[in-house]
Amino acid sequence: MNWLFGSIAFWVAAWALNVWLANSPWRERRAVRIAIPVIFGISILVLWEGVVRGLQVSPVVLPPPSAIWARILQSFDILWRDFVQTAIKGAVSGYVIGCTAAFLTAILVDRKPFLRRGLLPIGNFVAALPIVGLAPIMVNWFGFGWESKAAVVVAMVFFPVLVNTVQGLSEASEMQRDLMRTYAAGYWQELVKLRLPAAMPFIFNGLKVGTTLALIGAIVAEYFGSPIYGMGFRISTEVGRLAIDMVWAEIAMAALAGSLFYGLVTLIEKWVTFWHPSQRG
Amino acid sequence: MTGDWMREKVLPVLTVVAAIFALWYGAAIWMNSSWTLAQAERAGKTLTFTEIVKDTMSQSRPKLPAPHQIAAEIWKSTVQKKITSKRSLIFHGWITLRATLAGFALGTAIGILMAIAIVYSRTMELSLMPWAVISQTIPIVALAPMIVVVLPKIGIEGRLIPKAIISAYLCYFPVLVGMVKGLRAPHREQLDLMKTYNASGLQSFLKLRLPSSVPYLFTSLKIGIAAALVGAIVGELPTGAVRGLGARILIGDQFGNPMQIWAALTCAAILAGLLIMIVGLLQRITLKRMGMAE
Repeated sequence: MNWLFGSIAFWVAAWALNVWLANSPWRERRAVRIAIPVIFGISILVLWEGVVRGLQVSPVVLPPPSAIWARILQSFDILWRDFVQTAIKGAVSGYVIGCTAAFLTAILVDRKPFLRRGLLPIGNFVAALPIVGLAPIMVNWFGFGWESKAAVVVAMVFFPVLVNTVQGLSEASEMQRDLMRTYAAGYWQELVKLRLPAAMPFIFNGLKVGTTLALIGAIVAEYFGSPIYGMGFRISTEVGRLAIDMVWAEIAMAALAGSLFYGLVTLIEKWVTFWHPSQRG
Repeated sequence: MTGDWMREKVLPVLTVVAAIFALWYGAAIWMNSSWTLAQAERAGKTLTFTEIVKDTMSQSRPKLPAPHQIAAEIWKSTVQKKITSKRSLIFHGWITLRATLAGFALGTAIGILMAIAIVYSRTMELSLMPWAVISQTIPIVALAPMIVVVLPKIGIEGRLIPKAIISAYLCYFPVLVGMVKGLRAPHREQLDLMKTYNASGLQSFLKLRLPSSVPYLFTSLKIGIAAALVGAIVGELPTGAVRGLGARILIGDQFGNPMQIWAALTCAAILAGLLIMIVGLLQRITLKRMGMAE
């Protein structure tokens, strides 16, 4: 019981610290803004550990974070191999192919207003559909290797990126375009120097949505057939063996991969769209 | 007016749809022809082009079924089956819809409550908001098989609740973001006016902040309901479910029946379209009644 009450006390203390920090004069400082969510996260982990130990929850239902951490250290090579297979070969390669294809399509579509008006509503609709369901079909077409995972990812990221890019390309105002024309800028000059930069916030919106979709697609596709490694494969087999700590270790890796991927794209966005109001501030 | 609408909106969309169908048929011929040709070679026959095309349109297990084949399959498994039949897509659609709506309700409730907490408490905002963003970068599908296995162990039976949890996880975030924006939409002057009326905190919440958040809420709900459907289907895929559209996809895969997969996928797409349309309709009616329609 000590574990239980101790962890609850710790959580309350951490929350009180956060309340104090959030209302303190230093609340606008960068360090404080980072510290508060970190303290909150740690307090949740401690609470999790305490509740699991205090109430003696079976490890088959919910292992404590310490056990998951031990498992991560112990099986690091397996986790790393799964990570490379799913996140790098499946998700990232599919993401790059899908985003590039969507970007090029958007530029082609943008030249014809007729096509743009036709494709935008359809693209918006398709982007909302459960495209993950294509996973078994792609596995059937492209085999068990990473290619089928990349194919699912391509199908998933294509439409959000396409729609956002097409929308972004019409962002530059009529005045700005007129100005480019008075400079005697050609189509490509106008595109590269005015319309693409203006479209970047939208494009990155699509790219960021795509990062999460990419990992989801790569993992789900592995449930339908994969070599004997990969995150999705590991999760579905270890759940079957009730090795829940391994599942959590894999989830932790997936969460880390997802956050890193998203963080990387956000970082590039900051660097590319430094001029946008949402990035200054 | 109507002429413009036709030319500006309907015609381009129809053209693109027609182009997609044309591409689809072309791909179906191309992808299914290898099987046709292999069969013909084994029988020692040579086929003319029309014969090849005809065969690629009517295989029972094609690599890529043609749209009319999918339509026929859907017709067969909706209109020609009793709704209670295990082979009826309406029955399976209903199972998925139930999980979707349960998850949507749960996710919307969580999203709105978290938004209120975040708007009213700085501590909540600083502690929770970064984690809410991170929660969306975690591929929820990784959790899905475990949720399904673990929940029965703590006494929660049935497939509905695990699916609804996954749905709610995907759908709460857009609602949260939209509501935070919406609840903060009132201007400084409007909030000040409420103060000069001596309105209590609750009154200014109910009479100012909540009404001004409604347009934002509906925009988020449209994204949320689509996300909830994706969640319900994802919840069925890796978990050995036997009922629901996701389960149809799974079973179609296990028995090598692509037609069944495509029919279930198409139904899921139709369902998504209907749900978004219904929310859009509610949005229009509500905003009109509130005098906020554009």
